[in-house]
Amino acid sequence: MAGKDHDHHHDHGHRHDHDHGSELSETQLRVRALETILTEKGYVDPAALDAIVEAYETKIGPRNGARVVAKAWTDPAFKKALLENASKAIETLGHFSRVGDHLVAVENTPKTHNIIVCTLCSCYPWEMLGLPPVWYKASPYRSRAVKDPRGVLADFGVEVSKDTEIRVWDSTAETRFLVLPMRPEGTEGWSEDQLTEIVTRDSMIGTGLPKADEKAS
Amino acid sequence: MNGVHDMGGMDGFGKVEVEPNEPPFHEPWEGRVMAMNRAMGATGAWNIDIGRHSREMLPPHIYLQATYYQKWFLGLRQMLVDRGYITQKEVEAGHALEPAKPLKRGPFEMKDLPRVMTRGTFARPTNTEAKFRIGDRVRCKNIHPQGHTRLPRYVRGHEGVVEMIHGTHVFPDSAAAGQGDSPQWLYTVVFTSRELWGPDADPTIKISIDAFEPYLDPV
Repeated sequence: MAGKDHDHHHDHGHRHDHDHGSELSETQLRVRALETILTEKGYVDPAALDAIVEAYETKIGPRNGARVVAKAWTDPAFKKALLENASKAIETLGHFSRVGDHLVAVENTPKTHNIIVCTLCSCYPWEMLGLPPVWYKASPYRSRAVKDPRGVLADFGVEVSKDTEIRVWDSTAETRFLVLPMRPEGTEGWSEDQLTEIVTRDSMIGTGLPKADEKAS
Repeated sequence: MNGVHDMGGMDGFGKVEVEPNEPPFHEPWEGRVMAMNRAMGATGAWNIDIGRHSREMLPPHIYLQATYYQKWFLGLRQMLVDRGYITQKEVEAGHALEPAKPLKRGPFEMKDLPRVMTRGTFARPTNTEAKFRIGDRVRCKNIHPQGHTRLPRYVRGHEGVVEMIHGTHVFPDSAAAGQGDSPQWLYTVVFTSRELWGPDADPTIKISIDAFEPYLDPV
């Protein structure tokens, strides 16, 4: 595919360019052609592809991570285990299939605020958070998070005190990182289910903070 | 390779733009591309490092202009052709013209679904001892491999401290070249912002990468 298809797509890639329908359909046709070839050759069963797409659309999303965070906020023994070995701790919850062996949970405290990035591609804890959002995979975030994380946080409307250390984790190997945000004030006595509702995706990447009066979308 | 994919520390890309309530896929074809990639990976046609390298090798102007799933599509199609699973003629025809090439783990079917929905392990046991311990000072090598590497440019030549040891893992530089897992010790190495970005950098920032032992020298 030559440059023509791409000229109107920004790397940050939201589709505010619906009027370029012909180019989109060109990509669509090429993708469809490739799937036809793979199917005719017997490499893939298209129904199995449907099932993959459906799982990412409906089953795997940030709610998985939110439940882990809420559990850690209410169960000190689980929190300790999570910070020691996140993969193992999450397996003990039972309702998740394997999250992979290399998950590391990093805890936000008044002293340290953690942010996750993948400068080289788009590594992200899919099993915990679902597919990464476009901004996470796009050049502005990948280029700046390691050099100007406070500026990046400002793009998200997040301000972290100058006395707090910012720790940026660049996911350059198969290790995956999940931020354990601080439990917000005003949530004393809340149940795990109530807490799950306020844990946002961005708060588990480090580009957001959970708030007692804001539900996660 | 020193490609545009290695973006850490580059300037000029502008603000992060967040799309509220972003859907998993913006167009149905994006989901198909993701699924085809996952499925073909699961058949053993290639490994994750070969996949990453295929996208890094896109020409820089295309890499920067293409959307994420366009990059995945272009990388996927190139790998299929390069590795002999499909031919350029078939791409042009939009249909299969040649017999299929056998797949290491067979075609991707419904029963294989669990394999793509859970993450595999990248740990590989070795009988080597870790060269570094937690707290050791290390310096990233100043290397510029032509092939795939996971040592970003912005840390090369810089000094950091070993903070975690993750065991021995598949070495992407080797796996991407089709030269086997060649397991290596993997460490989280943390750097001060001033070490990486100079004396004017905000001293309250620390940055870490996960570094394979061959990337590191003792200080």
